[in-house]
Order: sequence, then C-alpha cells, then structure tokens
Amino acid sequence: MGSVGAKEVPVLLSPEGLRIDGRRLDELRPIKIEAGPLHQADGSAFVEWGANKVMAAVYGPREVHPRHLQQNNKAVIQCKYNMAAFSVDERKRPGLDRRSQEISKVIAEAFESVVFAEEFPRTSIDVYIEVLQANAGTRCAGLVAASVALADAGIPMVDLLPAVAVGKVAGRIALDLKKEEDNFGEADLPMALVPQSGRLVLLQMEGHMTPEELSQSLDLGVRGCRDIYEKMKAALRARYSAPSSGGAA
Amino acid sequence: MLVLPGEEIAGAGLKPGPGTYRVGGKVYASVLGLLSSRPPLVRVVPLSGRYIPKEGDVVVGTVADVQGTFWLLDIGAPRWAPLHMTGTPWEVEVGETEKYLRVGDAVVVQVESLDATGRIGVTMQGERLGKLEGGTIVRIAAARVGRLVGRNGSMIEMIVRRTGANVSVGQNGRVWVGGSPSAIQRVVHVLRMIDEEGMRPGLTDRVASYLSASGPSDDRGPAEAPRESAGRDAPDPPWAGDDGPQPEREPN
Repeated sequence: MGSVGAKEVPVLLSPEGLRIDGRRLDELRPIKIEAGPLHQADGSAFVEWGANKVMAAVYGPREVHPRHLQQNNKAVIQCKYNMAAFSVDERKRPGLDRRSQEISKVIAEAFESVVFAEEFPRTSIDVYIEVLQANAGTRCAGLVAASVALADAGIPMVDLLPAVAVGKVAGRIALDLKKEEDNFGEADLPMALVPQSGRLVLLQMEGHMTPEELSQSLDLGVRGCRDIYEKMKAALRARYSAPSSGGAA
Repeated sequence: MLVLPGEEIAGAGLKPGPGTYRVGGKVYASVLGLLSSRPPLVRVVPLSGRYIPKEGDVVVGTVADVQGTFWLLDIGAPRWAPLHMTGTPWEVEVGETEKYLRVGDAVVVQVESLDATGRIGVTMQGERLGKLEGGTIVRIAAARVGRLVGRNGSMIEMIVRRTGANVSVGQNGRVWVGGSPSAIQRVVHVLRMIDEEGMRPGLTDRVASYLSASGPSDDRGPAEAPRESAGRDAPDPPWAGDDGPQPEREPN
C-alpha cells in the first residue's frame, strides 16, 4: 500500500487536534450491534461500525468437514472471513486471497484461546464472517460480530472478545482508524482483548512505532475494547431480554 | 437472571456447575443463559444453542447417511447419531438398510446411550418410536421445548386440541406436524411464535388468541393465511404416502 502515497495526502489531523471525521484521538466510530438476525444459523450478529458493515454466522458444534481435520479431544474452530466484491470502491476480486486467509487464521486462533472446545470433541464450530462494506478495521469488526454470534449460538467460552485497531496518524496515536487514516497513516495495530483476564489474544502490526508509542497504543486499545465490550453485551441483552420468570418448565 | 459469557456470578461458597467456570476463586458464566443457583451448585441454563442429548430423550431426526448396517441421523445435536439396524422394529438384512430408511426420511427415536466423546446411541424400539410419514418438520430452539410443552403438557395439549393436528415434539426442538393443510399451517405459525417470543411473558395468551382468531378447532382453513409461516417453512401437504419398499410395520 506504499504506492498510495503518490496520491494527494489529506489533512489527517486538524490544528485543533480533530481527525478527518471530526473525532478526537481517543474516540471510537459509532458502533451498532445486532444479535441474532439470521435464522438458519445457530448464532449470528450484524455489526455496523463507522462505514463498516459485517455479518457473522456461527454453525455448530457439528460434524467436521473435511473429516481429516477432526480432533478426538476437542472441537476444531474453522473461520472463513470474506469480503464481498462490492465492499470496497474498486471491485474486489471475489474469493479466497492471501489477506482473507490470514485474517481467517488469526481470528480462528483468537477464538481457540477462549472457547471451551474440549466440551465438544470430534466436532467443528464454523464461523463465517462476511464483510459487506469495508472502511478499515474489518478484521476487528468481524471478530466482534463473530464473538457475539458465538454467544448467540450458545457456545461456552471464557468471555466475549472485543477488538479494535489503534494506529499512528500524523505522528499521533489514534484509536480506531478509518480508511483514509489507515491508508495514509504511519502504523496500524489491531488487537482483541479477553476482558475477564486482561489478556490479548490477537495482536498484529503494520508500520512503525517507537516502544513508547506501542505501550501507549496498547493502553488506548484496551480502553477501546472495554467500551466495545459493553456494546456487545448490550446487544445480547437486547436480544434475550425479559426472560419469562417461571413458565419454562 | 440473564448472564453472558465472561460475567462474574455471585458464587460464594457454591460449586461451579454446567455453564460456569472458576478462575482464582471467582465464578464466571461461560454461556449465555439464565442463572440458577441451587446450593451447593450454581449453573447457567442456556437460552440458545444446539440440542445437547440426554439419555431417555425422545427426539425427531432425519436420515443424513445410510451405511450397510446402520443409518446416521441428524437430530440437531453436535454429532450425528448412529441408528443400528438391530435397534429398529424391523428385521433388516445387512446391506438392505436403504430399503427401510433413505436419506431425508424422518424418524422418531430415543436416546439410549451417551459416551464421553459425545457419541450418541439411539433406538427405534419402543412405544411411539418409528418412521414418520407425511407432515412437515419445524425446527425450534431446543431451549424452547419446555415452553412448547408447557406445565404438565398444557401448551401442547391446547395446540393439538384447538387445531386438530397431529404433533410429535422431539426434545431436540424438532417438531413433526401432520394433519390437514390448514391445521398444519396454524401449528407452524404457533411454533414460530414460541420460537421467537418464548422468552417474553404472556406467550400462552398470545398463542390462545391466535388460535381463536385463526379458525375453528377443527378443519376449516384460517381466515387469513399467516404471513410468517408462509416463508421458508411453508408446510407441505401431507402426501398420500409413497409406495416405495416399505417395511411391514408402520409405526404411529
């Protein structure tokens, strides 16, 4: 993406310290989460995060396909992250590419560290993430959607998995980059947090940062994750609210 | 009380039961569900998720695969359940399994055994077990089966009485409905209601008023076709029964 620099670089940070869309450096884009929009899946979620729109569906635990991936002591977690052809300005060539394979892998591994997979030996938990509209931070949006979908599917796990990216924009550390900031910024650092333990189960980085900036970014990201965590819980509560007291035998 | 995965639950002095886990002396929920604290155990009763088989459960399943001596049934559980040919009311010859049940056929079976690896043994020998003919199958959340049956079967009894349909409820959330097309349509609508609104109070009243509004207790079609149920789960008319190679005995 370095060649993008040939284009005109927009002003990413105003003299007042506001970003291209008017946010402060530590401010998230607006997030809307809906739990359970799909009926055929065991669990599902739809996330609108800034201009990102991501749908996640979870199936399982169910029989493993292909069979040879079956593990006799736990469930395998298979994840497929996909971007729709119409999700970006220039048509994206549909299908698997190296980027989507990588994202599928890191998301599956993040979930492996929170899901109690030993409870369902010889099965598969299949997570599908479809990015309908992309504007930077889709792996985090996908992870958030998938995590809510997993809870909706009744999968036992340590905790929900909020995620956010922190980056470096015009020399400053900023939370939750949008597309222009991602393209013209200096660094991008997506992360996913287990709020219960405070552990990070996904951490990637692109670009350059000093060690001080990195630790500042981690602090900022963890705070962002905790805000997103509350929104994830609110979405699940809204879906399962007002349970009948008694009645259910 | 509704709890979500990762939420700490007040489990002081209590043992962490199903749906919970303990770290550093604190107890947390691991699934989305309702907190139920029955000393000495705290547990979370799931509100969603796949059917988790229990021994003795009567379930409705469909044949997913046919082998020489057994069938694999999809009962909505994490794994397929093998039904061995000796577990049927028929005298099946090795290699002739497909003459009795083919892929897609619906059956009522009982969970007989479970082992630690999640293998599910089922049998078709017993009262009210066997192959299902005609009708349609509706899936509802396994967690909602208790609501569908109601206290002492009150809800299901009302549905059957007011529609005149034949209904067979599997503990796995698969419900077979037979009878006249209009009766099936009304039951399917009610099942959708229970699946979607099962957690909200006043469900029994809403079901009752739908049943009164949608038609008489016997066979005349509802005044207006229920829109919800006309979608992907539109009920099939009960077929006159196909004349394939049928086993001698016909259950139900």
